[in-house]
Amino acid sequence: MPGCLRICFFAVALSLAFVASAGAEEAKAKDISALVSALAQKSYKKKATAIEALAATGDPRAVPVLEAMLGARLFTRKSDNKVVIGEKQGDSLWLSDPLTLKAIGSAKKRTLKKVRINNRLRKILRGVLGSMTLLSADPKRRTAAADAVFKSRAASMATPLERALKVEPDEAVRSRMERALAAIRLVTKKETVPRLKAIERLGAFADPEVRALLGGLLGVKADGAPEEADAAVRRAATAALDDANRRAAFWDTIGNIFHGLSLGSVLLLAAIGLAITFGVMGVINMAHGEMVMLGAYTTFVVQEIIRAHAPGAFDYSLFIAVPAAFAVAGLVGIAIERGIIRYLYGRPLETLLATWGLSLVLQQVVRSIFGPTNRKVGTPSWMQGVIETAEGLTLTYNRIAIIVFALIVLALLLLVMRKTWFGLQMRAVTQNRGMAGAMGIRTGWIDALTFGLGSGIAGIAGVALSQIDNVSPNLGQSYIIDSFLVVVFGGVGNLWGTLVGAMSLGLVNKFLEPFTGAVLGKILVLVVIILFIQKRPRGLFALKGRAVET
Amino acid sequence: MERRGPILSYLAEMPVGGRIILCVLAALAVLVPALNLLLPPDSLFHVPTFVVTLFGKYLTFALLALSVDLIWGFAGILSLGHGAFFALGGYAMGMYMMRQIGTRGVYGHPDLPDFMVFLNWKELPWYWSGFDMFPVALAMVVLAPGVLAFVFGFLAFRSRVTGVYLSIITQAMTYVLMLAFFRNDMGFGGNNGLTDFKDLLGFALQSDATRAGLFAASAIALAAGYLISLAIVKSKLGRIMVAIRDAESRTRFLGYRVEHYKLFAFTVSAMMAGVAGALYVPQVGIINPSEFSPANSIEIVVWVAVGGRGTLFGAALGAVLVNLGKSYFTAALPDVWLFALGGLFILTTLFLPKGVVGAIAALRGTAGKRRRGLSGLFRLLARRLL
Repeated sequence: MPGCLRICFFAVALSLAFVASAGAEEAKAKDISALVSALAQKSYKKKATAIEALAATGDPRAVPVLEAMLGARLFTRKSDNKVVIGEKQGDSLWLSDPLTLKAIGSAKKRTLKKVRINNRLRKILRGVLGSMTLLSADPKRRTAAADAVFKSRAASMATPLERALKVEPDEAVRSRMERALAAIRLVTKKETVPRLKAIERLGAFADPEVRALLGGLLGVKADGAPEEADAAVRRAATAALDDANRRAAFWDTIGNIFHGLSLGSVLLLAAIGLAITFGVMGVINMAHGEMVMLGAYTTFVVQEIIRAHAPGAFDYSLFIAVPAAFAVAGLVGIAIERGIIRYLYGRPLETLLATWGLSLVLQQVVRSIFGPTNRKVGTPSWMQGVIETAEGLTLTYNRIAIIVFALIVLALLLLVMRKTWFGLQMRAVTQNRGMAGAMGIRTGWIDALTFGLGSGIAGIAGVALSQIDNVSPNLGQSYIIDSFLVVVFGGVGNLWGTLVGAMSLGLVNKFLEPFTGAVLGKILVLVVIILFIQKRPRGLFALKGRAVET
Repeated sequence: MERRGPILSYLAEMPVGGRIILCVLAALAVLVPALNLLLPPDSLFHVPTFVVTLFGKYLTFALLALSVDLIWGFAGILSLGHGAFFALGGYAMGMYMMRQIGTRGVYGHPDLPDFMVFLNWKELPWYWSGFDMFPVALAMVVLAPGVLAFVFGFLAFRSRVTGVYLSIITQAMTYVLMLAFFRNDMGFGGNNGLTDFKDLLGFALQSDATRAGLFAASAIALAAGYLISLAIVKSKLGRIMVAIRDAESRTRFLGYRVEHYKLFAFTVSAMMAGVAGALYVPQVGIINPSEFSPANSIEIVVWVAVGGRGTLFGAALGAVLVNLGKSYFTAALPDVWLFALGGLFILTTLFLPKGVVGAIAALRGTAGKRRRGLSGLFRLLARRLL
């Protein structure tokens, strides 16, 4: 009866397997303790073999031993030559068994001998530890393990990597593992065909590490012979490297554009309020940067209150901080306009001086209340993290959020200026104060509100800046010159000009940086703007008509 | 009326405050060094060396304020970057004194200053050559700021960048220079600037006699700067400058080349600022890029505003007054200083549009000219003296 026979066969096979595995288990236990003792040998070469053998067992108990070895916490007891893990505790060390991790008392330092390692062993250890965490439940650890293996390129890692690849569910982690596997194959295989395949695989990645690996193949030894003997491999590596470089350059450009836009939107946020106070009203407000600073400190205060009373709502803190900062900075702005600036209309140079004095006072007020040091403003969890592509492009969420936020603020402001009653009256007062007054508009009131609006937007900018910059009393000063240049560059009294000005300054800055360095790039940009103002003293998008000569 | 020579008539037209300032300066230039050097330290009238240096520093600030007043008060050019010219003059002097250190530096290199040895530089950059000679350094003190002001002013005034636009780009200019001088590979000592000076023209900088000499030199430079500015302001050229200040377009329509007059005033003023910087550096013993910071330049404008814009001697007075206040506050009540300075900005612009000098004149005006009092006494004194 075939069915019965099959069951019998299955049972026999099962029991045989059980016996065999029990035997293997026993052998393995003996084996592993022998291997652990082998770690303490004198020769570094033998230590390396022992490490790789230990790792090849795939036993999870080997992980703490190897970690201890890497952390220089592995010792041999001089009395019985037993390998132990020691934790420093004052003068003496707490000992534990390397395999069971049970405590076995303490000992003086001089009764122990440290298991020495060198840099080569460190590299091997990191690699094998990497492979052993390849199966960890945490995808982040698995990625880190794959990257560690990629760096070590240890031949022994190929098998565990293949095994891990089979069960890996996560696409992103998979690609990191494939990258590591291809690197190992390229370095360890002798035959041309698998190596060519490995190069092809690696060619899919364009990150700097892969490019360095491929570039290494093309190098020349000291005696003039090429680093890589196989001509076919060299050809393939050249092609793959060229391709990778091309793609890397492309993604670099994308990254530069992103960072440029991000810098531009920071400038836009800082300058947009100025475009109203300076551009629309013609008031030089040197305390504008301090309005930004007030907004940032408002964020800090709002977050402190939320931390103290409703820690669960921390993720929403910015949604509360934005209106709060608008209100605080806006009210301060209205007070400034009513208290100081309205007496100085028509005297721009005096306005400049008085508001500069005001900025000093505001800085000192904040310094007296909050102290001169940087304040920590937290980032909500939804703004943390990055988008990473295989080509090494990283986009952080907070930068993306700021770009979106700046555009929203600009859109809202345009809406207020164009579509609301307040916007209409504001434009009327700007164009012809006397006539607007004659039509029944309370010009003084509109002045105060306009100034308040500009200051309030500066406060909102402060909320955004608190996410990427240090919140200190000097926060505003670092943006004031840049924002003035943006407004002047874009054209006074034109919000679109401010947008174009801010974005082009951000982009130019970021594209210059790789060639000139950050500081020199900034200097060049400033020089170019100074020259530009010579050519077009009223900016890119100058107002035409009567408003020009005021 | 008797006929007077040009110099006498020039002096006779001088404002009272100006005469007082000149007399005070002449007295200071002689008396302070004498009281410092000739009297024993325990004497009642002995002037300690640190006071000599402190007031010497104020005098250089007064000269700097004077240079700003010349363009702001009389040509309507509000420069928020005059600290740059001051610092350039200072750097030129500092470079000379760096070369004078010679083998006495930490590394003992005969040519290279310490910071260059530290940065592993092998030879002196070309723009450092010649600075071991005092006349070259002296020329550069005037030329470096002068040429920068000429080029910058030429570009700016030609394209009619005026008012606050000019203020903002002058501010950007000094900001750019600050960033540039912070860089180590510019060859000006980066962050730390130039310091550890030993001597000037062979006189040890630490000695009392050198300090007194520098004080006298500052007083003389200030007096000379005042006389030069006054000569410019009183001339026909000065009248045109005032016309430009009050109605630029109208002056242009009358046929004057507005940009030439402005450029002249701007360049002369920058040179004066450079001289002030050159006298400042040996007295404080250091020059670093923070002198270029835009905040410094704006502070200079406040000195002028406090003293009285468009009065020349008022600017010098304002510089000394504000800095006396600063020295007092930063030592006694450091937290209050920024409040005081900021308040000063606001209050002077709101309530004292003509500064201290203007306020005194207004008081005298209301009290009548015959009033005997402190001001009358001053006038009497001045008339007797000159």
